[in-house]
Formats: sequence, structure tokens, C-alpha cells
Amino acid sequence: MRLAGVCTSGKNTRRCERRDTEKSDRLPSKLKRVAQYPAPQPNPVLEALDIRKSYGGVHALRGVSLSLLPGEVHALVGENGAGKSTLIKVLTGAVQPDAGEIRIRGQQIQRNSPAISRSLGIAVIYQQPALFPDLTVAENIALANDSVHLWHKVDWKGRRAHAAQLLERTGARIRPDASVSSLSMPEQQLVEIAKALDANASILIMDEPTASLGDRDTENLFRIVNETRAAGHSVIYISHRFEELFRLADRVTVLRDGNSIETRPMSGVTSDDLIRLMVGRELTAVFPKHHVELGDTALEVRNFSCSRLGVRNVNLSVRRGEILGIAGLVGSGRTQFAEALFGLTPLDGGEVLVNGSRVQIKSPADAVRLGLAYVPEDRRRHGVILEMSIAANTTLASLNRLFASGFLRFKDEAKAAQEFSNRLGVKTVSIDAPAKNLSGGNQQKVALARWLLTNPKILILDEPTQGIDVGAKSEIYELIGKLAENGLAILMISSETEEILGMSDRIAVMAQGEIVATLNRAETTPYNLLELALGHGAGVLGRQTE
Amino acid sequence: MSLRLNREWPSLIALIGLCIFIAFAAPRFYEPGNLRDLALANASVLLVSTGMTLVIVVAQIDISVGSMFAVVSVACGVLAKLGVPILLLPVLAILIGCVFGALNGALVSFVKAPSIVVTLATMVAWREALRWITGGAWVEGLPTHFQWFGLGQGNGQALIVLASLFIFGLLWWGSENWVALRAVYATGSDTEAAKLAGISTTRVVFWVFVLIGALTGIASLLNAVRFSDVPANSGINLELEAIAAVVVGGTPITGGRGSLLGTFIGVLLLGCIGPALIFLGINPYWEKAIQGAIILLTVVLEAVGKGVGKSLAPTAALNKT
Repeated sequence: MRLAGVCTSGKNTRRCERRDTEKSDRLPSKLKRVAQYPAPQPNPVLEALDIRKSYGGVHALRGVSLSLLPGEVHALVGENGAGKSTLIKVLTGAVQPDAGEIRIRGQQIQRNSPAISRSLGIAVIYQQPALFPDLTVAENIALANDSVHLWHKVDWKGRRAHAAQLLERTGARIRPDASVSSLSMPEQQLVEIAKALDANASILIMDEPTASLGDRDTENLFRIVNETRAAGHSVIYISHRFEELFRLADRVTVLRDGNSIETRPMSGVTSDDLIRLMVGRELTAVFPKHHVELGDTALEVRNFSCSRLGVRNVNLSVRRGEILGIAGLVGSGRTQFAEALFGLTPLDGGEVLVNGSRVQIKSPADAVRLGLAYVPEDRRRHGVILEMSIAANTTLASLNRLFASGFLRFKDEAKAAQEFSNRLGVKTVSIDAPAKNLSGGNQQKVALARWLLTNPKILILDEPTQGIDVGAKSEIYELIGKLAENGLAILMISSETEEILGMSDRIAVMAQGEIVATLNRAETTPYNLLELALGHGAGVLGRQTE
Repeated sequence: MSLRLNREWPSLIALIGLCIFIAFAAPRFYEPGNLRDLALANASVLLVSTGMTLVIVVAQIDISVGSMFAVVSVACGVLAKLGVPILLLPVLAILIGCVFGALNGALVSFVKAPSIVVTLATMVAWREALRWITGGAWVEGLPTHFQWFGLGQGNGQALIVLASLFIFGLLWWGSENWVALRAVYATGSDTEAAKLAGISTTRVVFWVFVLIGALTGIASLLNAVRFSDVPANSGINLELEAIAAVVVGGTPITGGRGSLLGTFIGVLLLGCIGPALIFLGINPYWEKAIQGAIILLTVVLEAVGKGVGKSLAPTAALNKT
């Protein structure tokens, strides 16, 4: 669903091949592993067979199979939403699959739960540390793995010593008595690792463990992974950083759209192969992208930085009638950029120009006055107010403009809400119904209606079709297309590559809080989009300058 | 919107039931004298509860109203003795209330201190400061035009009740017709979403606290003029009475919803219990126990019967599209 097209043209393939050889030259260590692992194929320690899982009609996993051998490091790669996190949750029992089978050491697991999977030797290090912030490091480690005797005296000394020992193995310099809330993100991640080590797991799952680690800690982590393997245990290792995978992994499984596409020995693949496996798919939706004459620049952002949110030095501009797609991995700072632009968080630097003149946006109210509108991500939480009626939701951002006297006029409100509900095709019996009665797609239309009613000049859409069904999606695309035709400048943040490529005139790719490239639609393929988002940008840019 | 009941219905049914029961069991309850006393006794509770409703809707709490009430009473008495014209007293009462409310509001909204702690602190501080300043002595020897605003008992009583009803009615109407009060509901429902919709949620919270201060101020004055002296310790447990009335009226303590009409019903229901017991010949000490039971029943109904309230709402029958 997310991406269209592959690196298919003959020319491209040749280039990919050429790059393959370059990559392999750079990674001689791989060759050693080929000899080291001629795939003796012992019995897998963990098998997942045809796992399926959907959330309210949205398929997260459509049939994923994975087999993990003892003493192997198995890499798991895939785009945003390919199903990696859901698969992990299924393996640990945090989520029950709709169908499929999990076997651990040949034994089928009937009803999995976090406690059961832990007792079977599975330990997980999540991307976001899941620690108790008000407890000490030692207590956190003890809580995870101590057997519970309700009335026993706590062996504080023993806990501390034990924690200190585990932390030393991770190479962390953290006092066991420190409270977790006082630790930095990487330090918390190291505590998570120590916790997992304590579990003495035979299957260690790591979900982007290096995302927040510095170089030294990363090296320590690699050492731990290698030690784990040497001890005959297995590791499932998820990461977007391919160079780590090439260093660590024995095999790799690629997920795409909730399917396991292929499992290969790491020594037999290149990063180009991986990216191609990750994106390769057909276009499934038709995008109503019309040709629009572009007008003047409506919004320009120069050297825009907000260190609190990790947004650095963003430069971009959008013209009237233009759709600028903002692509990137989850966590690359796209939403943070939008929120800072909308005045929710103060900037540390840079300037914002609306219609060519410099402006200060200190609050969402300022942004609304300047003609900006922001339809946020996670609409169930922030897009609409569930308890309020559709009519009240629609007028919420325009109250001061519609009712300058300070008194509501229900006739006017109903008229405005009805007009926009009709225009956007909100399916409801009455505009007096509370927004919580609507489906996701219709809630999104109400959120959109609220902002269109403010008569904006610049519209920021954050994941406009997240979690809504296919029919409603194409309606939303149709709407976005029409709005651009009417001269709105649109910034569209999306994790769906297909949507980005289908709707945008230009595409800005963000990685780690920065815009790493701005591309024209014609020159963009899913392949180079993903490559840039993954931070492998040099190759693509190099090719463009050829 | 206006008269559509959904969350208020349990307390309304209870109130009507109680009224019918009393009509048979103790018809003397409905004598004009008793009804007048009932209205007078509950007028100030109604005003404070009205403010409390909005505070709770915006997902905050103010437990300092009882202490504010006492301070404003004494202040009004002292001002009257100093010769401040009686017509100026309501204005001053409201202003003093606003100042206290603004202090709570500033700490809660701008400093972001939790309202339960802020108002606990101000509750204790004002009450004890008042005790220290007055030494517990009542304000006595008030000018004769203080009691009943110098209008005489009959007119004064009518003024107190009508003024309370007028202020309540104005806010009730406003809660459905004023843009500002819709912002209160939006903020209480989902602060983050309201902020994203361009509402200044910190200002909304601040002004709601100012409003409850103003209402407590005027309520305090309307109560004080019923007597010839001003006690130094009025308004004890007022915060509890107000919160109880709000909750019984169907406003969830978590905020975001709730109506002033419900609070009105809540005030009446809880206010009727005590006098009704007397007319029924039951020991009036049962009053608090019965009120407690009503509050418990409301919360339990609320927790268990979320579906019940919903199914009565006219819009719930909508199919999800």
C-alpha cells in the first residue's frame, strides 16, 4: 500500500549492480561470514508461521513467517508500517494474533502472554525504554526478573550488586541507585539492555536498540550481541541502519505491507537489494493529481530550528496550489516540525515568511490568524473533540471569526457546518451527532472541515489518511487535490510513500530532524525516497549529479 | 441544545420522585414559608455550584471557595461598618472574589500547579488568616441598612433569590450561547486538541477560576445580608456542598461535559433532603448520610450505567458510518 514501482528500468538496475560491488568492497568482513556459516540448518529455536493480525479492519500482518536458528543474529527490516513492531508484539505475547502459529523449540505456544514468553526465554529491548521513572535502576532491573515473594524482605544490597554487575557488562557507567528519571535516553536504553541480560534469555529481541545510543555505547551493544551469539543464543535485530546489519546479522528477513517477503543470508545481499525488497510493489490507488498552475510562494521557512523537538535547520517553501510532501521515517521530526511551525513550541532560530513577509508565530492562534491550518496526526486524540457535536467541532477554530460578538448563533453555525459537511461528504445523520459516533475517515473530514472553515491559505496535513479505509482514502485524496486547485499551499506529511509520490508536486525528505533532500516528483522513485529517509542519501545525490 | 436532558435525568427523576413522595407524606413541606426558606438557604450554594460546574468541566477543582466565602463575608461587613455605600458592596464583593480567584487561577494555569493542591493551600491560608485577624470575633454593630440591603425582610429575601436565579440563568444561557464558554467545554474535553484548534487553554483555565471567585464573592454577600451580624467562620464545607451538587447533577469529575441545569437540579435535590426530614419527622442527623448515599449512587450509576445515559441521548442511535 505504501510504495509504488521498483527500481525496474534497465538503466537503474545496472546502477544498482554497480553499487552492489562498491558496497561489497567496503564490507570485506561479510565474506568471512560466508565461510563461517554454510547454513548447517539446525532446528529453529523460534518459528512464526503465517501470523496474521488486523486492527479494526486495517491489516498489520497479512501472513508473516519467520524462523530463528540457535546462535544466529536475525535482522528484520521493513518500511514504516511494514509490520515489524506488530510482529514483535505477537512474539512477546503483548498482542494476540488473529491466525498463525508460534513455536518455541518445536513446541507450539497456545496462549502467549508477556509472562509466558519471558518464562520461555524471550527478552525484548523496545525502541522506547519501558522503565519506571521514579524507581532506581537497581529496582527496575530487579522488578523485571526477581521472583515475587510478597512477604520476603527485599535484599537491597544484593539487588544493587547484581545491577552493578549487569550494568558493567553493558559497559554503562550508571549508578544502580540512580533514579531512572535522572538518566538520559541512551542511559535508559542501556538499563533496558541490562534488564534483558538479566533475564538470561535464549532469544533476545532488539527493536532499533541503537536509535538513541552514541558510538561508544553502540560498540558495547555490538559486543553484547556477539557475546549472546557466541553463547549459542539468538537475536532478532531490527534496525534501519544497514551498516549495523551487515556487521552483525547472519540472516535477514524483509517485511513489506505485513508480509514476509524473503529471508536471505546477510552475506548474499546488498543494501540495494534490501531497499528494493522493502519497496517493491504495485500502485494500488489512483491519485487524482491534476495539473495546477502554481502561484506565488505562500510559505517559506529558513534555517528553522527547534532543538527541544530535535528539528534542525529546516529550509523549505510552498507555493500557492502546490502540494509539498514531507517524507521520512517515523521519528524523523516531521510532526515536530509541523507543531513548531504552528506555534506550539517556541523556535530557537530561523525565520518564517508568509506571503513574503516575516512573521512571528507564537501560538496556534497566531498561526490561524496568518492563514495557517494544521490537521494533526492522531485525529482521535487531537483532530476532533470526541464529545462535541460535528457542528461544534467544525466551528471550533473559527469561533472568533464567525461570532465576533461573543455570542453563538446556532443557525449560522449549523449552516456553516452543514455546508462543509456536504462539501467534504461527511456521512452522518445529523451534524448534531457527537464526533465520537463517526468512523475514522469521517472524523478526518470533520477535522479537515474545521480548518477549511478558517479559510486558510496554507494547509498542513499530518498523516491525513492514517488508519482509514481505502474508500475514504481516495475521497480524502480527491479533496486534497481540489484544495490545491483552489490555490491552497499544502504541506502533506505522510509515511505512505505511495501517497507522497501520488499527491506531491515536490517532496522534502526528512531524517533526524533535518531535510536531507527536496526532490521533484518526476525524479523521485520509492527507491530513492526510502534510501534518503534511511540516511543513505549520498548514493542518490551522487547519481543525480551524474 | 437547550433543554435536552441526557446526563441530568437520574437526578431529575430522583428530585421529582422526592417531591411527589413529600407531597403525600408531608404536604406541609410545600407551605410558602418553607419554600422561601429553602430558596434562601440554597441561593448562595447555587451560585458557588454554578462556578464549580465550570471549574470541573475544565477538569480542575477549587476547594478554597468556603474560605473565600468567609473572607468576603467579613470584608463586606467591615466595609459596611466603614461606611461604604450599600450599592457599592456587591461590586466590591465580586472584585474581592475575583482577586482570590485570579490568584488560584494564575497558579493553576500559568504556573501549572495542580489545582487540588493550590486551592487546598489557599483554603487553609485564607481560613487561618481570617481567624488570626478577627480573633474569631464576629463583625457586629453593622449599619442597619446592611441587613436585607435596607429593603426590609420581604423585599430583601426576594432580591436575594431573584438575583441568584438571574445570575444562574445568565450563565446557564451563556454556557450554551457564549463562544467563551464553549471554549471551556473544549478545553476540559481535550486540552491538547483545544490548543491545536487555536484556543488559549491557559487563559480559559485562568478565567474560569476568576469566575468562580466572582460568584463566590457575590454569593457570600447575598448570604451575609440575611443576618444582623457577620460570623467569622461562614462557608464551612461549602466546597463539599458545591462539588456534591455538581456531581449529583451529572457532571463527571473528570471534566469535559456537564450542564448547569444539572447542577441546579443537584442543588435542589441535596438542599431538599434536610428540610424534608424535619417535615417527615425523621431525625435530621440523617441528612448528611442520605446526601452521601445520593452522591455515591450517582457515581455508581455513572460508572456502571455509562451505556444507560448514552442510549437515552438522541444522537446515539446513529449508525457508525
